[in-house]
Amino acid sequence: MDADEIDIDHLARLAALRLDGDERSGVERDLQRIIALVDEMQAVDTEGVDPLAHPLDATQRLRADEATELIDRERYQAGAPEARDGLYLVPSVLSDP
Amino acid sequence: MNTGWEAVIGLEIHVQLATQSKIFSAAANRFGAPPNSLACPVDLGLPGVLPVLNEAAVRMAVKFGLAIGAEVCEHSSFDRKNYFYPDLPKGYQISQLAAPIVGPGVLEVPLDDGAAIEVRIVRAHLEEDAGKSIHDAYAGQTGVDLNRAGTPLLEVVSAPDLRTPEQASACFRQLHSLVRYLGICDGDLSQGSMRCDANVSVRPQGREALGERTEIKNINSFRFVEKAIRFEIDRQIERLEAGLAVVRETRLYDAAKDETRPMRGKEFSDDYRYFPDPDLLPVVIDEAFIEAVRTELPELPGARRRRFQEELGLSEYDASWLTRNPDTADFFESAARTDGSNAKQVANWVMGELTARLNREDLTIDSTPVTAEALGQLVARIEDETLSSKTAKTVFEALWNGEGEVDAIIDARGLSQMQDAGELTDLIDGIVAKHPQQAEQFRAGRDKLLGFFVGQVMKATGGKANPRRVNELLREALGKSG
Repeated sequence: MDADEIDIDHLARLAALRLDGDERSGVERDLQRIIALVDEMQAVDTEGVDPLAHPLDATQRLRADEATELIDRERYQAGAPEARDGLYLVPSVLSDP
Repeated sequence: MNTGWEAVIGLEIHVQLATQSKIFSAAANRFGAPPNSLACPVDLGLPGVLPVLNEAAVRMAVKFGLAIGAEVCEHSSFDRKNYFYPDLPKGYQISQLAAPIVGPGVLEVPLDDGAAIEVRIVRAHLEEDAGKSIHDAYAGQTGVDLNRAGTPLLEVVSAPDLRTPEQASACFRQLHSLVRYLGICDGDLSQGSMRCDANVSVRPQGREALGERTEIKNINSFRFVEKAIRFEIDRQIERLEAGLAVVRETRLYDAAKDETRPMRGKEFSDDYRYFPDPDLLPVVIDEAFIEAVRTELPELPGARRRRFQEELGLSEYDASWLTRNPDTADFFESAARTDGSNAKQVANWVMGELTARLNREDLTIDSTPVTAEALGQLVARIEDETLSSKTAKTVFEALWNGEGEVDAIIDARGLSQMQDAGELTDLIDGIVAKHPQQAEQFRAGRDKLLGFFVGQVMKATGGKANPRRVNELLREALGKSG
């Protein structure tokens, strides 16, 4: 991807961010520099190097399948803007078509 | 279906794995609990938590891979699939894009006509389920229940090898059967344990290139898979024949109206910006782990179907029907192996009387009051001619109502067929003597009157005479000159 091909509005929409004028140009500048850095890294010859899924040279430990977690729903929901009947309530997701 | 067109169908099936705990947390994995009573900080996506992979989910995925002859990947890894929706509190779903745990395999799918097709499975990967949104209970608000968040899913992706709605439905059914055999999913479609997405396109018969496709999401029954795809194929053909294009989009099936409709655009974006999840390390499975899982593999539906045909002499149809559900197959097999039983007869009883009765009472075969052993004995008593088909039904009814064992019921109700030929001969002679006119007409060639005499004998014996023997003895008695 070319640094000047960034569709900042599309990215902002996907990230659910509202960027006003100054922020928008600031983020765009940052992204251009990041893309430039990625371009630079992509120029490195990686022929014969295995793809790396994680920077740590370790593998995933597996957890025994036991349901040991105690759920304190009241406590978790105390931090939510709104909860009722045990459900978290959020602004309506479906608006009228 | 419209002629001149061919449909191309691929399925993506989400299988909820029957683990005790969730895929990345130690909260319980169970359906039907009070809202959010199974949602722990990991499932809620609270800051500072870390996912830890459940060993049983990995084991079940490997089991599935081995069952379809797929390559089980010794190295797999997790990625983040990013989108915003309230029932996905982290803002991303942990899934496997780049390196799935199960590679290409093949699913053998038996069709209703006795033939079978091979459907290629492209991959199967592990991921977490999202929570549930409740849209209609609160004015202007959406309720969110995160109990389901973090339920382990195995997403099975087929190649576009299916050509008709019936094949697609059969493929879904076969996968359902397989995961039940493997014991990795409870298979309860009504609770969403398996959900099917279908990719559908059409092309002119004989053309190689694929048409534009649509995706129908979240279909949860075998019948709806068939109906949704049939609707979608017809809709696409209608558009193309009218000179319109098929638009690539995601659609939902509305069972009440039997149609598919486009999902509203804002609900959904197909730009997921996947990237490797830094919270999870690569998963490495060694040969020993895979081999240990291999030893746990049960006899699979295809093998069992063939064995029922070869060892027990069942037809392709019966064998296929009986092996679909492992509980049914176990029940049938143990009844068929009861001393003196007969496999074909047992098959008829299981597929007929027993299934009808279970359906009527909304029961499944693992909660039937008539045990496999009892049904086997019942069939054995038909085989040795103690019971007629009519009295056998009475015994079945008594078994269903818990009246005891087969022989005890036969004795208590005096249902044993009259075995004493002498007694039966006397009775028949008496009846023939009582109806000289009918006997005369029979001898004169009115064959139909045999039925009249059989009826008289059955009435006199309360249905306990063996019909075949009654026929023989009657012909003998009527053959004598009057």
